[in-house]
Amino acid sequence: MSIISKMTEAVVHFVPDRDRDHLSEADRLIGKPVDRLDGRDKVTGAATFTAEFPLENLVYAALAYSTIAKGKIKSIDVKEAEAAPGVLSVLTHKNAPKMKAPPLFSPSGGSDAAGSNANVLNTDEIFWNGQPLAMVVADTLERAEQAATLIKVEYQQESADISFAQGKAQAEIPKNIMGEDTEVSRGDAEAALASAKFKTDRLYTTPRYNHNAIELHATMAVWNGDKLTVYDASQFIRGVADSLAKMFSLKKEDVRVLAPFVGGGFGGKGSMWSHVQLCVLAAKVVDRPVKLVVSREGVFRMVGGRTPSEQRVALAADGNGKLLALIHTGVTATSNTNDFAEQFSFPARHLYATENLFLTQSVVRLNTTANTFMRAPGESIGTFALESAMDELSYELGIDPIELRLRNDPERDPAKGTEFSARHLKEAYRLGAEKFGWENRPPAPRSLRDGKWLIGQGVATAFYPAYRFPVSARVRLNADGTAVVQSAAQEMGMGTATVQTQHAAERLGLPMAKVRFEYGDTNLPQAPVAGGSNQTVSVALAIQEACEKLQRELLNLAKKDKNSPLADSHFDDVRACDSGLFRRDKRETGETYVAILARLKQEFAEAEAQSGQPFEMMKYSMGSYGAQFCEIRVNEQSGEARVARWVGAFDTGRILNPKTGRSQFMGGIIMGIGMALTEETLFDERSGRIANPTLAEYHIPVNADTPRIETYFLDIPDPHTPLGAHGIGEIGITGAAAAVANAVYHATGKRLRDLPITLDKLL
Amino acid sequence: MNNFSYARAADEAAALDLISQNGSAKFLGGGTNLIDLMRENIEQPAALIDITCLPLTGIEELSDGGLRIGALVRNSHLAAHQLVRDRYPVLAQALLMGASAQLRNMATTGGNLMQRTRCYYFYDSAARCNKRVPGAGCDAIDGFNRIHAILGASPECIATHPSDMCVAMAALDAVVQVAGKDGQRSIPLVDFHRLPGDTPNRDTNLKPDELITSVDVPALPFARRSMYQKVRDRASYAFALVSVAAALEIENGLIKQVRLALGGVAHKPWRAFVAEQYLTGKTAGVQTFERAAELELEAAKPFQHNGFKIELAKRTIVGTLTEISTKGVAR
Repeated sequence: MSIISKMTEAVVHFVPDRDRDHLSEADRLIGKPVDRLDGRDKVTGAATFTAEFPLENLVYAALAYSTIAKGKIKSIDVKEAEAAPGVLSVLTHKNAPKMKAPPLFSPSGGSDAAGSNANVLNTDEIFWNGQPLAMVVADTLERAEQAATLIKVEYQQESADISFAQGKAQAEIPKNIMGEDTEVSRGDAEAALASAKFKTDRLYTTPRYNHNAIELHATMAVWNGDKLTVYDASQFIRGVADSLAKMFSLKKEDVRVLAPFVGGGFGGKGSMWSHVQLCVLAAKVVDRPVKLVVSREGVFRMVGGRTPSEQRVALAADGNGKLLALIHTGVTATSNTNDFAEQFSFPARHLYATENLFLTQSVVRLNTTANTFMRAPGESIGTFALESAMDELSYELGIDPIELRLRNDPERDPAKGTEFSARHLKEAYRLGAEKFGWENRPPAPRSLRDGKWLIGQGVATAFYPAYRFPVSARVRLNADGTAVVQSAAQEMGMGTATVQTQHAAERLGLPMAKVRFEYGDTNLPQAPVAGGSNQTVSVALAIQEACEKLQRELLNLAKKDKNSPLADSHFDDVRACDSGLFRRDKRETGETYVAILARLKQEFAEAEAQSGQPFEMMKYSMGSYGAQFCEIRVNEQSGEARVARWVGAFDTGRILNPKTGRSQFMGGIIMGIGMALTEETLFDERSGRIANPTLAEYHIPVNADTPRIETYFLDIPDPHTPLGAHGIGEIGITGAAAAVANAVYHATGKRLRDLPITLDKLL
Repeated sequence: MNNFSYARAADEAAALDLISQNGSAKFLGGGTNLIDLMRENIEQPAALIDITCLPLTGIEELSDGGLRIGALVRNSHLAAHQLVRDRYPVLAQALLMGASAQLRNMATTGGNLMQRTRCYYFYDSAARCNKRVPGAGCDAIDGFNRIHAILGASPECIATHPSDMCVAMAALDAVVQVAGKDGQRSIPLVDFHRLPGDTPNRDTNLKPDELITSVDVPALPFARRSMYQKVRDRASYAFALVSVAAALEIENGLIKQVRLALGGVAHKPWRAFVAEQYLTGKTAGVQTFERAAELELEAAKPFQHNGFKIELAKRTIVGTLTEISTKGVAR
């Protein structure tokens, strides 16, 4: 951590808290299971996704990818491709106009967004197997794709670093992890481990995983002189706009990026991948709008996935289950064109109390696609290792695995010593255990059976930090009584637009039908990446501040008229309700917005606000928690493991919309089931090439793999967040793989520490 | 995808005539595999001859009580047909465990016979594959071979045949009826697909200009006690790691007749003749089934990642035969 951030952290403890949001308990619209506003448009096909905007004169681009992992392009023959029917241009490093280097995404903020800093098509260097080497632009997609297959590349191949197993020895300790100190050390964990009576000390591994959102990565670029409009399937439109401005030497205000609907992101669309700048480049070269939809194979080749990991977790306890030592260390991989050490050690910083704590991680650079964020990067794989180890320790001790966790619930943050803003993990366990029927579970492995199916029940803690970033928002009240709320947020299907409409309507005292939330356009007030589950809370605070600013202004304007019923009211005397401002003490006394604006003869009134730095995140330990319960059936004959039942109980602050919220938890759990049982990128270490870049052979869970999933939430507001809410997009996947592995152990007596748990490991 | 010409054949004669005009033409049925392979540039036919208008969509009862299944009968229709469900439950089950509902609605009986392997390296034009490019070498032998063959493989190719339907048909002694310019001929299903040998580019013994017209499944009364078990990495929409099709007739505790075939283990549906021979006349029971499985898998040769299939195949054989012998007809 930098000296500046350490100083800031010291100072923020003297900064007063923001007032508790008075809407934390509101229940007119907040907390209601409102249907998604875009639901009908999506199921009827009326919603326009990136690749669907009708543009005149549109042409299509397709990419050709490297088939080696490291080296140089010796020669590239494009004659046949250029001569193919319909081809307008074939671009390679030989003829592509120069771009500035892609500015790498930085976890410390800012709007640099590139997933990889390889300046593809501006270099003859090859950094990974799957790197785009050429681009064809043609009059139809089919012709572009076909011509791309006609490009012949001769390589000057070099020896590549591909093997994670071999590279581990050269792994380095990064300066920091997502801005936090890489190492956390208190007491002497190794010594405490060595002398403890009860312990577990094991290695856990997770494989590479790849992104498979339904919507493929897609971009459309339109130049108008020096002005650029880009439609992009993105979780970070501000980042894409600013990064393109840098790469193409444009003024920031001359680049506009739009993403009204994104068909799933999960982190895979949180960075700008090379196809975005290549599409923009193509549009420049052919001087026509260009569409580039990356193929499913292309997404595997070019868009990053989750790093492989090898993690050591060692736990020691006394006979009562009190943790005497917690060690969580390990290695992940990154690439030669990015810099991302996935933060698997983060959960252990916050979950359990112990005197002796040692956490660190190292990272190895390989010639692979740049690794990237995939739903709860770090916490997903970190909780697999940590929560598997907690289960192992519970069996060493003969203590119920829930009880073991409850006995080690900390009073203050174990790593930083800060106060928790809101932590109700114990209550989540109680709720989950009751709903699951945990008390009926016989503790011994292999106690439950149904014919040839062995049945097991496992549990694990879910954890994800509560992040907030600064955001701008604008609120406009119109003379007709409607309101427009704007922030350049992203909607990847989570329900962002629905929830912020609920929020703004509640905040303004308007019916939802009178409020429109506009987002997905960089011309709107800026918002950060929709990542780290920050967006809901971040945008909510900006809307809150813009609404309050506007309401203050309106009150002041209303008070100018001595006949106004609000003439002698202070801001604290009034509240927004019934489509206007009314006195708290006399509900019938006040004015509607329509009345105020009519008297002022104003067509509208508006205010914009930018929320401040998230000092509360430094002052408090802010996280979401949960208890994941899995019942699994393992076929004793075939080894097939199928999840039969799931209960997730979550402590994630106030739930703004239980309907969209449930979908978030459920989606995370299903992705966790895939991580645990079926998904694995087959990365061929002879070539550095992914062998299964297809939905047929990369096994995401299908409906038949997905059991009845029950989700519950405590719904206890966090006093330090807007609306008392936390983001909930990622926590559902955390702890899930461990709950599965722990259930498999309970079913079979086999402890599997290497994901995915495929049937061959259970024979 | 390369450019190709497209023609729709009005009848069988026209289809045969069209294909004889173009050496690299292919018949198009449901297209569920062929179009995929064309999009991957693995199949590059110069012409597609659409045969979906041919009158090959019927399921007729043969005089001996068997069934003649038209080459264009869709997988979902075949699986739902009452006679199939009654007389050959193993076939109905195999069909329903294949692919997804959408694919089964399109996929045809003849097309299912022509499915090509799912070997990763066959699909990747950057990889070496003797099946795709004869003489190029095989990247699977020393690569990811968890899904590959344990029986009948060659140093040239260790790919497996992906069909479920064909495994059931191999057990049922089905016969493929084909038409060519020299007239009709019959190919027993067990001889229809080939082992890779040194010509892994040839999946079947069908000549390039021949048309599959139907598959005949002979009468096999004891196939009413038959069953298909499929073991896979996810609960649906995954190819078999191992599958077993079996029919069993037990009389007075003795195995009178048995049919047994394996999927996911070889370059063709693997009829377990060795096990069948051992089982016939023996006392039905787990020990007998285990011995039969041992004998059948004696010839198995594992590669780096697929050794588990040997044990899995044995267990699935024993499990399937045990289930049929104890529970009777399973649906």
